[in-house]
Amino acid sequence: MAISPSTQDVVLARLKGRRVDLKGVLFEALLLLALLLSLSILITLMADVLRGGLGVLTERGFGFLTAGLATFSADTAGVKQGIVGSMLTLVFVVLLAFPLGIGAAVYLEEYAPDTTFTRFINVNIRNLAGVPSIVYGLLGLALFVEVFRPLTGGTTAISGGLTLAVLVLPIVVITAAEALRAVPDSIREAGFGVGATRWEVVRSHVLPSAAPGILTGTVLSISRALGETAPLLLVGAITGYIATGGQSLVEQMRSSFTTLPTVVYSYARLPSQDFREVTSAAIIVLLAVILLVNAIAIVLRNRYERKW
Amino acid sequence: METATLTPIVQRGLRARERGGPFVPGEGRTVIEMADLSVYYGDFRAVRDISLKVEEHLITAFIGPSGCGKTTVLRCLNRMNDLIEIARVEGRVSYHGVDLYGKGIDPVEVRRRIGMVFQKPNPFPKSIYDNVSFGPKIAGIEGDMDEIVELSLRKAALWDEVKDRLKESGMSLSGGQQQRLCIARCIAVQPDVILMDEPCSALDPIATARIEDLMQELKNDYSIVIVTHNMQQAARVSDMTAFFTAEVAESGDRRTGVLVEYDTTEKIFTNPSEEGTENYVTGRFG
Ligand SMILES: Nc1ncnc2c1ncn2[C@@H]1O[C@H](COP(=O)(O)OP(=O)(O)O)[C@@H](O)[C@H]1O
Ligand SMILES: [Mg+2]
Repeated sequence: MAISPSTQDVVLARLKGRRVDLKGVLFEALLLLALLLSLSILITLMADVLRGGLGVLTERGFGFLTAGLATFSADTAGVKQGIVGSMLTLVFVVLLAFPLGIGAAVYLEEYAPDTTFTRFINVNIRNLAGVPSIVYGLLGLALFVEVFRPLTGGTTAISGGLTLAVLVLPIVVITAAEALRAVPDSIREAGFGVGATRWEVVRSHVLPSAAPGILTGTVLSISRALGETAPLLLVGAITGYIATGGQSLVEQMRSSFTTLPTVVYSYARLPSQDFREVTSAAIIVLLAVILLVNAIAIVLRNRYERKW
Repeated sequence: METATLTPIVQRGLRARERGGPFVPGEGRTVIEMADLSVYYGDFRAVRDISLKVEEHLITAFIGPSGCGKTTVLRCLNRMNDLIEIARVEGRVSYHGVDLYGKGIDPVEVRRRIGMVFQKPNPFPKSIYDNVSFGPKIAGIEGDMDEIVELSLRKAALWDEVKDRLKESGMSLSGGQQQRLCIARCIAVQPDVILMDEPCSALDPIATARIEDLMQELKNDYSIVIVTHNMQQAARVSDMTAFFTAEVAESGDRRTGVLVEYDTTEKIFTNPSEEGTENYVTGRFG
């Protein structure tokens, strides 16, 4: 039976809906405004830095990256020690914070029984991630610079690196634990169901499934470590001149150090206009390094995700 | 025909055919025996005093209203309940006479002998090949892995559909194919018993029919225990049926699962001894 025209009209009128959804439109507009506002702040910031620093970078090019710290002439000022120092400290983050943090997360999520004690530890790790970084600086000063001076050599890249490693450790644990928790239990059951041990289930199924999430966490923590300034100033990152001679890696580790953000800080303190441009240029380098690290990690993660 | 070369199960089938009936329960060996089994989740007793024998090369079905503890009982049979921290087992579960909860029993070894297929298909997010080969690899099973994978997939009636795409993800298969992949994965470890927890509840009728056919094939090689909420399914596929229900516990308002009746499927569905069973199988009770 065909629907009579009149029925059709009634249905059409009903389906066409009523008035304009004013609240909906308003809400959407507000959301868009929020997005545009945050974007414009970011763009202004970037534009300001680029306008100030791009000149120096295009003019001096690679030379800016290989020139050392200089506080008297802006023409010869560079970020070499900053790059070297940042890389040296990152070594500690990668070699210490990652394995320790991921290991702790795997233990907490996959092995530890659900007791009051483990819950207490979980809460505390969360709190640790919220502790201001300056406090970690004080810890580094007391522990790595003073107590372990014979090992670290005092205010050295080792102390700086260890401080950063401790600082990002809770972030690594939390993000890794979250990634592990996101792995559905059905995968674990499937593994146990075919007679796998806990270790086999974790290694073959849980960790590969959680890997992209864990990697994202490690990227976050690297970016965080690359950007930290205050705690490093406390453990003695130098804001003035330091040698750039051809020392061995171990010697470099055990001597005075600076990092990219501390370099930015030291240049920013200088009053002359020329140094303002140098500061901007150093910021661009810092941002570029962080972007580079992020890009590498994203590529790695995508490759890992596709592997099976 | 030379009966000596036939497997015991085929011989048993022949005997059954001569008699003109299905396998006779009680004729075969007991594979799994539960005796006064109770399971607790914390303080809550989910099931109590379950005693029944699972016989080899039969399909044993657990039926009953949801929440009566079918899954709970099933997961005791290969110690999957160990994974739930608050779960505690009382009584005895024996496998070929060995107490599965006895001292020194390794649950990992138990699960290699007594495999499991879950309610929701749960292939590993890996290739079809890796899904099947994982079990035999960790179990250290000897032999050509390609052959093991092919044989397992053939037994699970999946080979023809996936033989050209073994490197593709197991997740790319349809629900029914995924469930057969899970069965292949289970078979690959060469278990003795296969536990299935509502294996068709997430599947459409055609995929369900395929799995049911497959179970008839599989029972030549394995003993199967299947949980199902679908009474027609139990009637169609199983030789033995256990009917569970939930009774209000002495204290508190939570319900404890009990075994009402365990007998041949034919008896349970045509002439049950208990009124509760009759009400349930005739649909008079939810
Ligand atoms: N992991 C668990 N923790 C606590 N209680 C559970 C758990 N699993 C099941 N139960 C309880 O045990 C009872 C039986 O559940 P289940 O065995 O899943 O029943 P069925 O499979 O027959 O539907 C239910 O009351 C359920 O709430
Ligand atoms: Mg269930």
